[in-house]
Amino acid sequence: MSEPGASSHVANWPDRVHRALSLAGVTQVAYVPDAGHKHLIDLCHADPTMRAVPLTSEEEGVGLSAGAWLGGAKSVLLMQSSGVGNVVNALAMARECHFPVVMIVTMRGEEGETNPWQVPMGQAAAIVLEAMGVEARRAEAPEGVAPAVEMAIASAYNANGREERAVAVLISQTVIGVKHFVEVAD
Amino acid sequence: MSLASPPPEGATRAGGRAHGAALHRRDVVAELLADRGDLLVVAGLGASAWDCAAAGDHPLTFSLWGGMGQATMMGLGLALARRDRRVLVLTGDGEMLMGLGALATVGVQGPQNLAVVVLDNERYGETGMQPTHTAHGVDLSAVARACGFRRTMVVTSGQEIPGLRTAVHTGDGPLLAVVKVLAESPPLVLPPRDGLLLKERFRRALAGEMPAPQ
Repeated sequence: MSEPGASSHVANWPDRVHRALSLAGVTQVAYVPDAGHKHLIDLCHADPTMRAVPLTSEEEGVGLSAGAWLGGAKSVLLMQSSGVGNVVNALAMARECHFPVVMIVTMRGEEGETNPWQVPMGQAAAIVLEAMGVEARRAEAPEGVAPAVEMAIASAYNANGREERAVAVLISQTVIGVKHFVEVAD
Repeated sequence: MSLASPPPEGATRAGGRAHGAALHRRDVVAELLADRGDLLVVAGLGASAWDCAAAGDHPLTFSLWGGMGQATMMGLGLALARRDRRVLVLTGDGEMLMGLGALATVGVQGPQNLAVVVLDNERYGETGMQPTHTAHGVDLSAVARACGFRRTMVVTSGQEIPGLRTAVHTGDGPLLAVVKVLAESPPLVLPPRDGLLLKERFRRALAGEMPAPQ
């Protein structure tokens, strides 16, 4: 598991993101779990004003977000970078209809990655999002995550239907930490 | 009928009679949407969207022209956002098969106000009537049941449509109904294809800024 670092400053970024979601009026939180999102997912499940919706695959979250907004509800979609590959055609629908979608993406395949299979999609994630016209914001440090999420929500849900859009926050692996695979010796 | 039986004779031919089906899709949709009250509708891409348009374009019908596999999830987001309204997803077997995971996700959420009606012609009707997995016995109602849907139905005759209509409009969901329909291509009746317009008019009508015509 990629546990957050030891300092409380690092550990509390999910709390600040949760507070940002709450202040923005987000009521649906869709997710495919990632270790980096563990605490935020727990906070959203525990919040009676939010409906946490586990997905079988990330593209479901784009449809959920679109439907929620038809009904006037704001949502976010939590995923790891491998999930960016799963949302592509659904993002085409979101773009054509100008649906707001906010993706909070924990990055894998960056510095320190110990699973080489995570590298191709991690490396391609930002490029794929750009190709689909998604506004991408990077958070390279724990203190930058909540402000980036606030900006993303404001940009996606901007009170002008013609300008509503999909926005992604890419949370660097240096914020999340590195997942280590250690085999148990016989 | 047994949906686990082998594919019907001629299942690989273009067009023809879907397994056990005698219903016309346009008739089914017209009956479900007549006097629709405050029903909110998401129409899956392709023939299902054309069927809804043929029943009468409506601001509270969101018709997909893409995003194959997303219709049920859009219905879920809408149903969770508006618990006070009934939500109907009208889609085809091919569209539903592409988003099969959505049935598991809906089953976990259990929205009482959501109904999914799959117009199952056992064909990819927009691409040359190639058989879908349902032509080979894949049973979407059994999948939904296994995923925890409160109610599932397989409808093969016109006499069952009033019961389906009641279940859609007033029954406890989540409901998934497979309606076996003929593999036919009625004349095209198209909804607006401007996605921004579809989104904006739906939101305005639902928010009450613009009265929804009956």
